[in-house]
Amino acid sequence: MSLARRKFDVLAIGAGGGGLRSALQLSREEANVAVVSKVFPTRSHTVAAQGGINAALANVLPDNWHWHMYDTVKGSDYLGDQDAIEYMCRAASHLVYELEHYGVPFSRLDNGKIYQRPFGGQSQNFGGDQAARTCAAADRTGHAMLHSLYQQNIRAKTHFFDEYFAVDLIKDQDGFILGALVVEIESGEPLLIEAKTTLLATGGAGQLFRTNTNARINTGDGLGMALRAGIPLQDMEFFQFHPTGIAGKGMLITEGARGEGGYLLNKDGERFMERYAPHAKDLASRDVVSRAIATEVREGRGCGPEGDYVLLKLDHLGQEVLNKRLPGISDTIQTFLHIDPAKEPVPVFPTAHYTMGGIPTNRHGRVVVPVEQGEEEIPGLYAAGECACVSVHGANRLGGNSLLDIVVFGRAAGNDIIDYLKKNRYHRQLDNSSVEQAMARLTRWDQKGDGERVADLRYELQATMEKYCGVFRTKEVLQEGVEKVLQLEKRMADVRLHDHSRVFNTARIEAMELENLMDIALATVVSALAREESRGAHSRIDFPQRDDVHWLKHSLFFKEGRRLEYKPVTLKPLSVESFPPKERVY
Amino acid sequence: MEQKRARLLWQCRRGMLELDAMLQPFMEKVYDDLPGQQQQAFAELLSNPDQVLLEILMGRTIPENKDVANVARRVREAAGP
Repeated sequence: MSLARRKFDVLAIGAGGGGLRSALQLSREEANVAVVSKVFPTRSHTVAAQGGINAALANVLPDNWHWHMYDTVKGSDYLGDQDAIEYMCRAASHLVYELEHYGVPFSRLDNGKIYQRPFGGQSQNFGGDQAARTCAAADRTGHAMLHSLYQQNIRAKTHFFDEYFAVDLIKDQDGFILGALVVEIESGEPLLIEAKTTLLATGGAGQLFRTNTNARINTGDGLGMALRAGIPLQDMEFFQFHPTGIAGKGMLITEGARGEGGYLLNKDGERFMERYAPHAKDLASRDVVSRAIATEVREGRGCGPEGDYVLLKLDHLGQEVLNKRLPGISDTIQTFLHIDPAKEPVPVFPTAHYTMGGIPTNRHGRVVVPVEQGEEEIPGLYAAGECACVSVHGANRLGGNSLLDIVVFGRAAGNDIIDYLKKNRYHRQLDNSSVEQAMARLTRWDQKGDGERVADLRYELQATMEKYCGVFRTKEVLQEGVEKVLQLEKRMADVRLHDHSRVFNTARIEAMELENLMDIALATVVSALAREESRGAHSRIDFPQRDDVHWLKHSLFFKEGRRLEYKPVTLKPLSVESFPPKERVY
Repeated sequence: MEQKRARLLWQCRRGMLELDAMLQPFMEKVYDDLPGQQQQAFAELLSNPDQVLLEILMGRTIPENKDVANVARRVREAAGP
């Protein structure tokens, strides 16, 4: 069978903010750019980012990029790379103005300047008073950014392959990435896209966990492709959880609900946060509340028939307060649970939100892997956004920094690709064995007969990750988690599809998404087991302290041999003094 | 017919969990029993951008087209435990 082929200078996989910002940079420089997206571009998960984007514009309160840098380093629990963080914070103001020029309708102050709101973790003067750094377009900043960037790309003549799923990267014997095999979802036909450079911008992997806030498209496809191409994943043990999601469904219930006076109860009706945090109680920090909920459930004090959640009591606040102060939350609870929070308590459980780890890159967006002395770049491969690990978020991400990350490093990757294309003007010869390997991944799903179902195995994987690699982590729990994920991985071979049609066979896409999740799950649980300390979002009950002597380093998980390596954190910024690790107090 | 359904099912994959959690179960449980006109209205509903769709499905915006408004109400009612 002959395989259809197309050739481009650049292939961007993923059409969220990172992919689109990068594509825009390139299309404007006359590069021939293809963007592949499994859903229509403006349905990418960037659309869900409501909070806003950080930049030290100082429109509301005094501010400075250097203070922003300090807050980001501290927020990362000192695992963030300080060169990349300096680069991001310095670029922020310029890029927010640029978004404004692209058409993002930022909310305004009376004097006409961009409105900025305060957000957790922001300070003036290196840990002083609260700063107001987050620029927002009402509560739809991500939506506004995504639509503006898409329109700008249409204008710049970026070529879109909408509803195409990327199967695998194509590489040659010398390690160059030559593009990817993709499949058109509508026809089921494979297409080989050859590209001088390929950018992975596929977003996070929230679907690893049963309870998560992410869209169902967030299956970490780029992370899976990277692992299969021999590239390690960095810092996968760091996954950000919110303490209160709707149990079993994941939708976020903002911390504001507890801020307004809501509190948590176990099955005995006990206000258990009093035991874990006698002073702050229900307003303790996110990780403390998350761990307390998981502990109550583990120790048999969870509510419901399965005992797998706790209750958030809001009814004592009264209908008026709920309607006035928490209207969105009341809508969400009534829609998805059919209960009235003014009358009944709400089942909640920690919900997975953001993937701090990902494909290791430098601040130019180039994918880098360790070699004997230091690291080297994978020629022709870039990554940006949540799927990448630059690392600006380190062990924990600050609110308002993810939309910033995608535009800063999307653009940086675009700029670096332009240079790369000047030096690499021709397509390299295709490596047929790599193409055959990618095709085999696709045709494997043509196997007929009885077997396990994708949906069942996915559910088991998500439940396993939640139970054994969620917020409650000890050596025993994680060891069991590794074994369980390995058993599930073995069962992948027995999975069969019942639908073998070609046209819009979404079952086949879901099967390949599950393969990606399976690989990423193993990377996550193995990395979490190895890291014997508590830092940022990774919190070990058996190692409650941060350990800078042994663990101030990035983890790198390789699929082959399931091995871990480590690399140092870049503590040296580009032009300013380093912020040395110290205890985090908020 | 099957192809149209499969295409719509993929259109139910959106950028927000809230939308996925309402649209996908509706497609699986309710869509097939709808009269043709309402099936058409559902397809039209899906053509809205994500944020607008969220406002409609949460009942904060009512679409002008009555059929679309009706089917949106049914999607909202079908969401839940």
